[in-house]
Amino acid sequence: MKLLFQDIDEPGLHTLEVYERRGGYKMLRQALGSAPEEVLHEIELSDIRGRGGAGFQMGKKASFIPKGAMDKYLVCNADESEPGAFKDRELMQKNPHQLIEGLIIGAYAAGVNRSFIFIRGEYAYQADILDAAVEEAEAAGYLGEAILGSDHDLSLVVHRGAGAYIAGEETALLDSLEGKRANPRLKPPFPAITGLYQGPTLVNNVETLSTVPHILRLGGEEFAKIGTETSSGTKVVSVSGSVQRPGNYEITLGIPAREIIYGLAGGPPEGREVKLWFPGGSSAPVLTGDDLDLSYDFDTLAKAGSMLGSGSIIVVDDSVPVVEVAKKVAKFYKHESCGKCTPCREGTNWTVKMLDRIDSGEATPMDLDILASVQDQIIGNCLCVLGDSMAMPIGAMVAKFREEFEAHIEAARERNQETTAVPEPIPLRGVNAGYAGAYPPMTAVEEMG
Amino acid sequence: MSAADRTALAAGVRRYSHGSRVPGWDDSVDLDKDPAAVPDPASTPVPEELRATIERSMRKYPDRRSAAIPALAAAQAFHGYCSPEAIDQVACVMRLTPGYLVSVATFYDMFKTDDRGSHDVFVCTNISCSIQGADDVYDAMMEAAHDDDAVNVKPFECLGACDIAPMASVDGIYVGPLLVEDTQTIVEDLHAGRAVLEHKQLRLRRSADLEANSERFERDAPPAFEAREGGADPVREPAAGSAGPRMRGVDAIDQAAAPDPPLPRDENPADADGDEPAEADGAEEDDR
Repeated sequence: MKLLFQDIDEPGLHTLEVYERRGGYKMLRQALGSAPEEVLHEIELSDIRGRGGAGFQMGKKASFIPKGAMDKYLVCNADESEPGAFKDRELMQKNPHQLIEGLIIGAYAAGVNRSFIFIRGEYAYQADILDAAVEEAEAAGYLGEAILGSDHDLSLVVHRGAGAYIAGEETALLDSLEGKRANPRLKPPFPAITGLYQGPTLVNNVETLSTVPHILRLGGEEFAKIGTETSSGTKVVSVSGSVQRPGNYEITLGIPAREIIYGLAGGPPEGREVKLWFPGGSSAPVLTGDDLDLSYDFDTLAKAGSMLGSGSIIVVDDSVPVVEVAKKVAKFYKHESCGKCTPCREGTNWTVKMLDRIDSGEATPMDLDILASVQDQIIGNCLCVLGDSMAMPIGAMVAKFREEFEAHIEAARERNQETTAVPEPIPLRGVNAGYAGAYPPMTAVEEMG
Repeated sequence: MSAADRTALAAGVRRYSHGSRVPGWDDSVDLDKDPAAVPDPASTPVPEELRATIERSMRKYPDRRSAAIPALAAAQAFHGYCSPEAIDQVACVMRLTPGYLVSVATFYDMFKTDDRGSHDVFVCTNISCSIQGADDVYDAMMEAAHDDDAVNVKPFECLGACDIAPMASVDGIYVGPLLVEDTQTIVEDLHAGRAVLEHKQLRLRRSADLEANSERFERDAPPAFEAREGGADPVREPAAGSAGPRMRGVDAIDQAAAPDPPLPRDENPADADGDEPAEADGAEEDDR
């Protein structure tokens, strides 16, 4: 079943003309004809869970927004920076009006008059398309004052970020939108009560909002019948890594993961097996090849100890050492940690150092226990889940591939002994080469005063 | 512990030449200077064009400070990087302290606080891309641009285009899947002022989902792409990485193992485009 991706490659779908010809903005007219409470009720009936990562019911979130006359905000989170996720990019690039229509309906349901789309700065092409689409929608009277003759006003600003994974965290996103460094805030109060400019703020993912017109078209109850009981609807999954046909696929929630990885994406190249896979972006605890028959929905994956997250599947085949995957994951989170909370700032840093030791043959199997305990100390101890996002997959990798880690340590140690007694400094290469010369050379200096 | 012991211990601790064990912690601080105040408009000339852009951004938000990122981006586009002069100009128009703007500019990856050339090449080196050989592409890109001051090559975290892995963002334009040889073409295209690797740009890519389109839509393609039709379509050729698309470290650890056989990347028409005959699509669907 295709909802969001129906005829996604139709030429000119990103223009208002083609979108309207395909029946676009009809649902907005219908929504404006009924009371906001009815629209909200319909969204609640659909049981749609947020597509950005947390999987919280959108209807419930919107119902937390207080009623009454005050400045309320809706922010569309288009800061898609999770490794492995690229669904919002395609949705915004090819069908921006679908998002804008959903956003206007969502704003109407929640009684919001100011909205923003926070798009990551790297998506310059997509942001240009959104800018053009917003302009068209304004000219057609879908945005601005008294939308289509109703008494609802809505302004929409496309705000471009400047490159920070943490800005995708909802409270950090609000700080970033206020023009600050993207540091997460303490919760509660949640953004629905105190968010952007201290006003009630609804933060929703691109895909969630893009689904809203389809919910109204099908009716909330009908929509809830798609998928499984607790995971309703369709989901755009981004499949990448060791697969033959990487890309975005719209699936009905609840189909087996094997069907996505092997059926749609073609599986790993010939002669390779799935060694491990991230079911929901790099922050989801990894699953192994044995878990491929799990149903792909929120609850099944949660029960299996992982999560659906943003629906981004990264497949790693059996030729890639798990230590390399762990290093890539840890380095990413170390780089993106904003530095506000100690467990995350220090934990990500030390995890990278320990993984480097494992790789260079200086570690002992005991280091794996220390590595695992560092992950335990991060989880749940920070303002946001960035640290957890590293700790969970790394912890799962150490738990599930401990033998391989130990073999890696042993192999690296033996290799070191064969060559030199004292390890030579490892020349910087790959990603690390960028750091060469960035800092003054290390020298031993006299005792500091 | 005696004083002598302490001295001996301290001497053994490796430090950077500025005396700290942490690199560059005080890079942006000049302790001899007073903190900069909001610049005086009378003594801070701001180019009219830049001022207009910043003021337009500020009008969009209920709080003018929200425009800090768009304003810095505008200043960076104007000056080439967030130079002290650029920061002063933004601070002057926005009535903020330069220190505040520096704190913002140094937080985000896309702002440059030193002059690194007019073209940005961000090579994604995250998981999905490095599985497909992004580390080699990055090294080749560094090699191709290493004596070129105009091109700023930077390893970047996930750019959100894992479907075209390994990929890079060249002045904001996404290109991929990249071969090691493409890196030279990128530099040449940048110098010639051409569109970069036009046939590999993301915007041309059709959805991978075979069932998404109920009818076959003509591709909206530039002439350069059409010219390659019939000949070898580089988009569908096996990526360099896929012959041995392995992350670093495999060879190092597993030298004894036989080399991997070359792997066909994809023979599927839907991956890169939809130009194959319709039967191919049908056959593919039957397979499932």
